[in-house]
Amino acid sequence: MGRLSVNLCGIELDNPIIPASGTFGFGYEFNEYYDINKLGTFSFKGTTKEPRFGNPTPRIAETPSGMLNAVGLQNPGVEKVISEELPKLKECFHKPVMANISGFSIDEYTYVCEKLDKEEQVGWLEVNISCPNVHGGGMSFGTDYKCAAEVTKAVKAVTTKPVIMKLSPNVTDIVSIAKACEDAGADAISLINTVMSMRIDLRTKKPLLKNVTGGLSGPAVFPLAVRMVYQVAKAVNVPVIGLGGVSSAEDVIELMLAGATAVEVGAANLVEPYACMNIIDSLPEVMDKYGINNLTDIIGGAL
Amino acid sequence: MKQSIFEIIENTEIALNVFKMSLNGDTADIRAGQFVNIKLEGLYLRRPISVCNVENDILTIIYKVVGNGTDKMKAMTAGQKLDILTGLGNGYDLSLSGENPVLLGGGVGVPPMYMLAKELIAQGKRVTAILGFNKKEEVFFEEEFKALGAETIVTTADGSYGVKGFVTDALKNIDYTYFYTCGPEPMLRAIYKATDTNGQFSFERRMGCGFGACMGCSCKTITGNKRICKEGPVIKKEDIIWED
Repeated sequence: MGRLSVNLCGIELDNPIIPASGTFGFGYEFNEYYDINKLGTFSFKGTTKEPRFGNPTPRIAETPSGMLNAVGLQNPGVEKVISEELPKLKECFHKPVMANISGFSIDEYTYVCEKLDKEEQVGWLEVNISCPNVHGGGMSFGTDYKCAAEVTKAVKAVTTKPVIMKLSPNVTDIVSIAKACEDAGADAISLINTVMSMRIDLRTKKPLLKNVTGGLSGPAVFPLAVRMVYQVAKAVNVPVIGLGGVSSAEDVIELMLAGATAVEVGAANLVEPYACMNIIDSLPEVMDKYGINNLTDIIGGAL
Repeated sequence: MKQSIFEIIENTEIALNVFKMSLNGDTADIRAGQFVNIKLEGLYLRRPISVCNVENDILTIIYKVVGNGTDKMKAMTAGQKLDILTGLGNGYDLSLSGENPVLLGGGVGVPPMYMLAKELIAQGKRVTAILGFNKKEEVFFEEEFKALGAETIVTTADGSYGVKGFVTDALKNIDYTYFYTCGPEPMLRAIYKATDTNGQFSFERRMGCGFGACMGCSCKTITGNKRICKEGPVIKKEDIIWED
């Protein structure tokens, strides 16, 4: 066990750094740039039952200290993920991977989870319940604690792998949703997904995104992530994975002090392809600077 | 993809709101039709700009000032350093050109045609370049294309210089074996309709990463979904599906 290692739901990670879903494809593409085995693990592209193109373009916009995306879960569908993407990943990645799952109904969630549960390389199932436009009275699964619990329970029934519920920040009471997931059997909580936002083009006087709204990510949302990780970590007993605007080793330490066991890095990968490597490489020095011997010692240190 | 630091050698206005920037750095493996992605201080996303030319260690890009990013770029001076991702996108496939290809560039779609013309001419092809602009003040690089040995035709929409009209008006009067084009999408659509000959189109999209990670710039094609930044920006005519 090194100074950077942490334990996430019974699986040892060499370090807590996890590229977030939607910013790292199926991993093997990034292996052209660096050895992805140096990562703790990564969360692969959000996978749904059916193949999806996602929303019309433009579906990316810039903001002060961040960006909006309205990609809309483009992915080849779970069958192709299993038959085409995971075999390519297996050739270059020799650690358990985090499978990220999305759905538009409980049946879709369980269908995809059941399929990915059988994949040997999948270590954890990260279930994204912050996707809008899902069935259930037009309310997204992640913004209602009863729905969040219902998905958690349904998914837990079809897998023996650790289930991580990925929560939306677009709620008034994040703690009640996190607790509902924990009570329904979630093995961990990850947060925050992107913050629903929008921008308007002054020249065209129309929204910049064809989808009108999109999710804000990048350093702009980091303080929000710290606050929500802190509140949730205080309230639940399962591990919390922190994410939202993380760009440096200092950010990683801050989120871990707020209660995160591991940390996902999202938007930073898009502007700095080597972001995760740079963070991992600089962690020991930054830990020395703040008198930290082992990262596990600081989890929840500020609680 | 390669990440490296380039040093600005020159940055000058060559036409109305159009700047040419030359940079010194690692230009290995940059192909015609590719783009670079530039980190600018104070802006979160990198700025994708097409490659105009590579000569030894010198990269040349040409950009029009249209927003926050290019506004920052125009104020930069020789000696300043930039963090740039190079070798992005597929680039043009030169093997399909035939003996007499035509290259059509519109506005800041002209620059990528320059390196392509240079390489095709080096292969012994007889190249015609049609360079389209709105008006005389925006015209650039006519002499540079002529100096390469390309048969060069300039069009302006208002007729203030060269042939009056669009690049498609000039295209009617010439013979060619194949075409390559880059420019605003209405121009690309007009070319698609105007010719039965095969060719390659280079597309522009708002991008997140520029190297295939975020899926922000995807488009649908006959051969499946493509990322403009990775499987594009160059797409063959027979693969294109025009969206509304």
